[in-house]
Amino acid sequence: MAEATQAATRLIRDRERGLIAGVCAGVARRLGIDPLLVRVVSVVLAVATGGIGAVAYLVLWVALPEGTAAVAAERGRRSALGVRRGGWRVAAGAGFLTLSLLLVLRELGLWWSDAVVWPFMLAAAGAALLWRQSRLSARPVDEPAEAPAPGRPTTARRARTPLTDLYRGGFGVALVVGAALLFLSANDALGEVRDAAFAAIVAVLALALILAPFLWRLGRNLAAERAERIRSQERAELAAHLHDSVLQTLTLMQKCAGDPREVATLARRQERELRSWLFGGGSMSDDGTLGAALRRVAAEVEDAHGVAIDVVAVGDRPLDASGEALIAAAREALTNAAKFAGDAGPVAVYCEASAERAQVFIRDRGPGFDLDAVPGDRRGVRDSIIARMKRNGGEARVRSVRGEGTEIELEIEAQVAT
Amino acid sequence: MTSGAKPSAVIVDDHEIFRSGVRAELEGLVDVRGDAGSVEEAVRLIVTERPDVVLLDVHMPGGGGVEVIRRVAEERPAQRFLALSVSDAPDDVIAVVRGGARGYVTKTISGPELADAVRRVRDGDAVFSPRLAGFVLDAFAGQLTEAEVDPELDQLTNREREVLRLIARGYLYKEIALELSISPKTVEAHVSAVLRKLQLSNRHELSRWAVERRLVD
Repeated sequence: MAEATQAATRLIRDRERGLIAGVCAGVARRLGIDPLLVRVVSVVLAVATGGIGAVAYLVLWVALPEGTAAVAAERGRRSALGVRRGGWRVAAGAGFLTLSLLLVLRELGLWWSDAVVWPFMLAAAGAALLWRQSRLSARPVDEPAEAPAPGRPTTARRARTPLTDLYRGGFGVALVVGAALLFLSANDALGEVRDAAFAAIVAVLALALILAPFLWRLGRNLAAERAERIRSQERAELAAHLHDSVLQTLTLMQKCAGDPREVATLARRQERELRSWLFGGGSMSDDGTLGAALRRVAAEVEDAHGVAIDVVAVGDRPLDASGEALIAAAREALTNAAKFAGDAGPVAVYCEASAERAQVFIRDRGPGFDLDAVPGDRRGVRDSIIARMKRNGGEARVRSVRGEGTEIELEIEAQVAT
Repeated sequence: MTSGAKPSAVIVDDHEIFRSGVRAELEGLVDVRGDAGSVEEAVRLIVTERPDVVLLDVHMPGGGGVEVIRRVAEERPAQRFLALSVSDAPDDVIAVVRGGARGYVTKTISGPELADAVRRVRDGDAVFSPRLAGFVLDAFAGQLTEAEVDPELDQLTNREREVLRLIARGYLYKEIALELSISPKTVEAHVSAVLRKLQLSNRHELSRWAVERRLVD
């Protein structure tokens, strides 16, 4: 809602609907009328004023920010946070507009003195600055946009604006006062005012000296307060995460305390989750690499069978077709290890990958088996591991010692691009 | 490698639950002389108790394990440390090992395995978990850059690489010895050599980890 209104009220150059630079379309959008109307009026004005309308167009071209409706909304939102530059542009634009207006009047003969040109321009710029400023500082109060998330204080951002306000408002006031003085001096009405003005300037300077430390400290306090807010926000986020994941898991574990395997599975899963959250888990989140895929498969088997699997990976490479075959074979090997050797301690997975090749070792400490003695109808190892690796130009080796465990080695050379 | 008497140890960790857990697991295997929950407390305890080995948590308020090692070294330069951590972040692990710990094991290690690790550290050996072996292989992978002028320190020998690879694959020292047809003592010598390189090498990856760690703190 708020965004839509802002998009409509911000004056921009609308490149989407514009013919030349979008000035007329932007003005039309701002006024809520048809661009064609604005264009006709502009052309008529440009011709009637002998080219000065064209100059005004050029001035607007330079002064107005370019954008589309969405950009306008975005800019509107940003300026609410205290973006300074826009203010100066508007001030300059107002000044130039006034100048062009004055030139038009002069051309038409409605004129009394050249001395008013600068005062009027300055006054217009200052007034624009002040007007804009008052709009900006009023906005955040009634602006529900920015979607304040729970515990995310928007005031932290707003806290900076009073100083900015003062700063920019001060310039606006100075411009207007300067314009008034210039006007008076231009009309020779300044004589006796000069002394009073001097006194006033001295008074203002003294006041500034008195207030400076206070303002300085105010700024410092605001910065400190802001840092504190950010910290407490981080704490809140951490607390929320711990609540969502860790506390829930602990509750679950208490409920099934009689089933050690289930408890171990829950604990492992929670550990993995927390780890990837805490340590950024770069490789965990980015799934396009062999290492990440292997970790994911290990996590799945871990969850399905309640067996601890420790993955150590050295190097990495992008996941290609042969890599996927390797992962599929590794999954089969892990599942076997979990099924037949799950009670004999954690399964160790070691993966070494480089651009040229990849090796995966899966080692368990189970009872071991003799490949030749495995009945022919049990095809897991032969089909899903050995044959699959062969088909994909790789190799699988099984080393098993009765009573000591099994190690399955999977290896692929890099795929030659065909 | 196991010379008679029970080794003595001190447990340093800022989590009370964890300290009592480790104490219970080491019951009867290691002579636990005490535990400490902060850097200050740990330094005092270690200097007065003079344990064979300090079991040291990597993450603690007030500077962590690295700070404990640094301050104890002023009084007892020969004190041996074994890092014990839940952290899997390579920079943490590398930082504490480069700080002077003679090994690194994860907190999921079983009681008897931990006791064995403590004994090995007491005897002057290095203890590498599969994960630490993986980190080291990673750190020493690739070519030397120009700044690394000491190939003696900045590169692993093929044998050392083989040993580390087998550790990463979950092999025990005696299995590694069998696999490579060398004696367990030789395996230990290789691991100690790797530890020395890990602590003294200027390899870019190691320095980078150390720097990043300081930035993160």
